[in-house]
Amino acid sequence: MIEAVTFPPALILFAGAIALPFLVGVARQVVALAVPLLTLWAVWLVPDGNVMTLPFMEYLLTPVEGDRLSRLFATIFTIMTFTGTLFGLRQGSKLELPAAFVYAGGAVGVTFAGDMITMFLFWEIMAVASTAVIWSAGSAAAYRASMRYILMHLFGGVVLMAGIVGHVMQTGSIEFGPMQADNLATWMILVGFLINAGAPPFSSWLPDAYPEASWSGMVFLSAFTTKTAVYVLLRGFPGSEILIPIGTYMIFYGIIYALLENDMRRILSYSIINQVGFMVVGIGIGTELTLNGAAAHAFTHIIYKALLLMSAGSVLLMTGGVRRCTDLGGLFKCMPYTALMGIVGALAISSFPFTSGFISKSMIAQGAADQHMLWVWMGLAAASAGVFLHAGIKYPWYVFFQKDSGLRPSEPPWSMKLSMSLFAALCIGLGVYPDPLYAILPYPVDYVPYTTGHVVAMLQLLLFSGLAFFVMLPYMKRTLTITLDFDWLYRKLFRIAARELVDRSATAHAAAFEDGEKRLTQLVARIFRSHGPHGILARTWPTGSMVLWAAVLLALSLVFSYQ
Amino acid sequence: MVDEKHWLERPETIAKLWRGGWVLLALLLGAEFGYHPHAYFTVDGWFGFHAFYGFSACVAMVLGAKLLGVYLKRGEDYYDRD
Repeated sequence: MIEAVTFPPALILFAGAIALPFLVGVARQVVALAVPLLTLWAVWLVPDGNVMTLPFMEYLLTPVEGDRLSRLFATIFTIMTFTGTLFGLRQGSKLELPAAFVYAGGAVGVTFAGDMITMFLFWEIMAVASTAVIWSAGSAAAYRASMRYILMHLFGGVVLMAGIVGHVMQTGSIEFGPMQADNLATWMILVGFLINAGAPPFSSWLPDAYPEASWSGMVFLSAFTTKTAVYVLLRGFPGSEILIPIGTYMIFYGIIYALLENDMRRILSYSIINQVGFMVVGIGIGTELTLNGAAAHAFTHIIYKALLLMSAGSVLLMTGGVRRCTDLGGLFKCMPYTALMGIVGALAISSFPFTSGFISKSMIAQGAADQHMLWVWMGLAAASAGVFLHAGIKYPWYVFFQKDSGLRPSEPPWSMKLSMSLFAALCIGLGVYPDPLYAILPYPVDYVPYTTGHVVAMLQLLLFSGLAFFVMLPYMKRTLTITLDFDWLYRKLFRIAARELVDRSATAHAAAFEDGEKRLTQLVARIFRSHGPHGILARTWPTGSMVLWAAVLLALSLVFSYQ
Repeated sequence: MVDEKHWLERPETIAKLWRGGWVLLALLLGAEFGYHPHAYFTVDGWFGFHAFYGFSACVAMVLGAKLLGVYLKRGEDYYDRD
């Protein structure tokens, strides 16, 4: 029996990714499901502290350094990989699952990285592998979106790398631990992290790229990139106050943009940024309670967001690609089970009492109250109401109820239903009995979520938001539109600027060329006049004139010699 | 083709759901008489604060989004056309 794992558990996922293309049929399915479980087992056998060193140039890398925080995130990452694999068993793309395994491996690798070089390496592996997951959808739109996506992440990677180099030069240490954003290097590290979290102004890459992935691909995408960013913020910048306004902005950005959105999976994308905003605020407040809350919320969020996206993915697959709210509706009659699963996810994201969202998000709000941060607390409360509005009701209402769209898709296959049931059970299970999750949080938990006051306050907040939804329904009529965002800069303005530059350069070039050609023609004509076949220098001279000139020359030479 | 409406779609069910909803909301407000809430600030101790705040925050967000939409909404093919 192995007592401790002293290699990066991510390697198991990488090995799985290499093996998968050589397998078919049942063998492929068995290996695909076994690999994440094996990784989960390895994650729990990583002991505390540094168990492996690797010399790299003049540095000593520590790729496997476990503690409670890294195990918590690695645990949910591998559980997510297992459930996502089960959900996507019938995915036809041969690229998607291996890419997702490498992507998940990158995320698990980051959580155990004890130094910043290892962290950066796994970080970049994630960027490339997640792009491959988007590619697997196979459409031209997905390809274009993936290119915009990877450019943003490579840019973030460059900023992060520059920050790491500066930080290592200043401190002489590559260790990845708590930092202060008080100089250019650490600021760049923070910015690199925040780009992956979907913080402003770099938020639009997420709703731009994720919904172009396949029905199963987006389930993986929703979990790893943003939550790895939450992990590194928890590890690197706990208690950095700048994170409070940034997180608050993300929370409201997510709500407002989701309210304006028509594409069902883009609504859920905006709500990822909204939820990550809650975690970022928790990290910014920086007490043990809110850090626990942020970590717990990342854990529960991965589960209910995946559940929501699995229900949306089921709708997408079974309707043959219908994705707009304006085209959907009334599906609860033909897909009652999928609708139920979507509703459980929606209740959990809204942090309804007795769902997982309640026991995690309330820790962050409680932390703000304990610190007497009235405005932060008011913001979080308004945002909790807003979550119910934009995701909790809006998503199930427009997809499964609303009106009869005439669509009659059947329920998805059993593997998809099973994976949804698994996560729905976790949403309710952790909501009713949070102790197992509280037991693995980074700090000891001294928090009781279920008091009469908490429950009544939350129910009032949520149900009156629900009332507001139905009262305001006429104002929320879906339109066939997209909403401008920061990416307008590089998708429109830069494009127009680039086209203008090319057009004007081309015109100037053509004009300059024309002018040069004219001058050259004139020059040639002038030369032609004297040197051409009829030019003065090319004329055939009569013999008489030659004799005359010879006589003149002879005469001249006579005159000179006579003197 | 005349097909029977699903029970959830019948007008009388929807009316019942609305009535049930109002009762639920009233009960939630009434519940505040049943215990002494522990207020962390002043405002959250006011009667029905969470109900009022949740409702008005949502109305404000919907209207805010609507206003923003006036300026930021574009056709779906906005980025594809030149």
